[in-house]
Amino acid sequence: MTDWQTDVSDGVAVIVCPARVSMAVAASFREAIAAAAVQAPKVVVDLGPTTFIDSSGLGALVSGLKTCRQAGGDLRIAAAGEQVRTVLKLTNLDRILRPHDSVEDARRDW
Amino acid sequence: MKQLAIRVLVLLTLIAGTLYVGWRWLFSVNWVNWWIAVPLVLAETYSLIDSYLFGLTMWRRKDRGEAPPPPEDATVDVLITTYNEPVEMVVATAEAAERIAHPHTTWILDDGDRPEMRSAAERLGVGYLTRGDEWENMPRHAKAGNLNSALFRTDGEFLLILDADQIPDPRILDHTLGWFRDPEVALVQTPQWFSNVTQSDPLGSQAPLFYGPIQQGKDGWNAAFFCGSNALLRRDALMQLGIVGYVREVERAVGDTLRASRRILNKAVARARRETPELVPSVSLVLDAVHVAQRRLDDGFPVSEVTYEFQRTVQDASRSVVSDDLAAIRADLADLQLMAGGDAGALPVDVDAELGLPVVDDAALEQLSTRELSPLAAVDSVRRLMTAVDVDRADEAQPMMPLATVSVTEDMATCMRLHANGWKSVYHHEVLAHGLAPEDLRTMLQQRLRWAQGTLQVLLRENPLTQRGLSIGQRLMYFATMWSYLSGFAAVVYLAAPVVYLCLGILPVKAYGLTFLAYFIPYVVLNQLLFAVIGYGVKTWRGHQYSLALFPLWIRACVTAAANVWFGRPLGFVVTPKTRQARQPFPWRLIWPQLTAMAVLLVACVVGGLRLWAGTTTSVIGTGVNWLWVAYDLLVLSVIIEAARFRVPEVPDEVEERA
Repeated sequence: MTDWQTDVSDGVAVIVCPARVSMAVAASFREAIAAAAVQAPKVVVDLGPTTFIDSSGLGALVSGLKTCRQAGGDLRIAAAGEQVRTVLKLTNLDRILRPHDSVEDARRDW
Repeated sequence: MKQLAIRVLVLLTLIAGTLYVGWRWLFSVNWVNWWIAVPLVLAETYSLIDSYLFGLTMWRRKDRGEAPPPPEDATVDVLITTYNEPVEMVVATAEAAERIAHPHTTWILDDGDRPEMRSAAERLGVGYLTRGDEWENMPRHAKAGNLNSALFRTDGEFLLILDADQIPDPRILDHTLGWFRDPEVALVQTPQWFSNVTQSDPLGSQAPLFYGPIQQGKDGWNAAFFCGSNALLRRDALMQLGIVGYVREVERAVGDTLRASRRILNKAVARARRETPELVPSVSLVLDAVHVAQRRLDDGFPVSEVTYEFQRTVQDASRSVVSDDLAAIRADLADLQLMAGGDAGALPVDVDAELGLPVVDDAALEQLSTRELSPLAAVDSVRRLMTAVDVDRADEAQPMMPLATVSVTEDMATCMRLHANGWKSVYHHEVLAHGLAPEDLRTMLQQRLRWAQGTLQVLLRENPLTQRGLSIGQRLMYFATMWSYLSGFAAVVYLAAPVVYLCLGILPVKAYGLTFLAYFIPYVVLNQLLFAVIGYGVKTWRGHQYSLALFPLWIRACVTAAANVWFGRPLGFVVTPKTRQARQPFPWRLIWPQLTAMAVLLVACVVGGLRLWAGTTTSVIGTGVNWLWVAYDLLVLSVIIEAARFRVPEVPDEVEERA
């Protein structure tokens, strides 16, 4: 079971992802976003440590976006590496979610 | 060697067919009697195109043989879908699934949410899933929705999909998983075979031509079809489809809604100018926000950012559009009440009852945008419109629907999207699951109708000939199946033409003479030979009979599917019952069109004979050709009587016997 580290400050929750965000952890990832959204509906997903994400991982992001929007907040992604950016592009998900360069970037103007 | 013979026969058949139909168009259409001559030559052209598509399918027939060993550490979820089938039937399938040799997790996906099913699953120690609360009051999408829901609650790398009645062989995974060693393979389909069908199979349940030469031929073009059950899917491929589809739907819906919002707000500004000038700035603010959002989307800004900003602006604005002028408040209230007429139902963005797609009701939207709403009502309706299509897809239980929901046959639509996204599919020609076929005519007809409607829905909604990402071969393989469902119209002409000739002496062809026979006979003989070689050792006659004999059903499928796709009419869709229906008397009402056709054909034969005897007609060849033609029609149609009379032999219930 992956632990999802969540830090809440200034009304923003930051979730730090593990190295692999795949179908094996997608369910717990979704739950982690939902739990974070309860604390602060503005959620930043920090993909800095992530070297591999699959479609199930992206699926969790999409579900997370829905959860956050319904809680009156929003979800942003930050610090995506090369593989993550490639997958975002391949699925066109970058047309929906902007990959912010860093967590600080993501928190700006929110 | 056999493949070479098939290719030679295909070529010869198509040459003979092209010569015949070419001769028909150029030299033998009896234009004087155009009302029957033109339909006949069109029907013949339809059949020739069918031959071309069939020939193309056979050209690349692929016999794969055995699969390599399964990939190491492959994790598999076995998903058994059920809605209302008897618990014992599902239990029998689940027990068989537990006996599958390769490591896996078995799940029962109970869309009926039945307590007795749940406790049976617990007793067996298999997983049990129902829809979550998020599906309440949402489009459910039948089986596709059931599977989509389960996709987010399971985590195996591969999914084996089984209908409630499909008893899997213990070797099913070991024999098929190996195809996934190719990382681009997304689907492995195995045949559907029915254990409750008699030797003569009067209902034509087995489809040995399809689960054999046709699927193998499609496989050769990397277009093997997904048929809903007895198939393995790669989870990552499905999830990718879900995301690509989500992005596409969101972009489209947000764009549409912004355009409509613009019209609504323009009108509202006009009205505010006259009645409540103090509110003009607030409404204009929202209108500006629409312009900004449209421009930023065009500039390629991510949708979530654009809609987030937009929602914020609208929220602020809706607070400031409340007037303190009493008359204006009254107008607002009246408009709002009108808008809230049936909560979400008042929105021109509605949800298709069967498919759950957001349907933008153009007429209602037009009406809404031509009405001059009060500022508050306008801003409120824009806000609600936007929420309906926002990035969270508030109109769907899950923002992502990996399995396509555009059609009642989710399998074909999903498969086409997989192919369009560059994935490969495999047809594994080995029976590894045994299911139950419908046991009476009514159930069988319902099932065929559903397949036909679903296939035609896909054709009309996502025409394979124009889908991006498909190869030309894949386009034609999908189109071939859709084309074959248009046969009902040709069948009517094939039934009518000999009747017209025999009764009225009206010739659709200039002459039924020797020239006609010289062109026609080689085509027919070669065609039959081709089928004989391809279907060697396989019973293809039933399928052949039904493609003509079910003509009323095929026509109905075309009409209802078109009415559904173009005018949003319901399909009259029913879940195919897997259990035997109550005993019925001879089902006259189900097959009266066929019975009428047979009676008319018989009468026509007699009339034709009398006319020849009385000398009203002189063409012996003409009458002879039409007699043979009628005899063939009758032989083909006779299957429907056999099917209607068919009663399953009284044996102890099939399911209990197997359990």
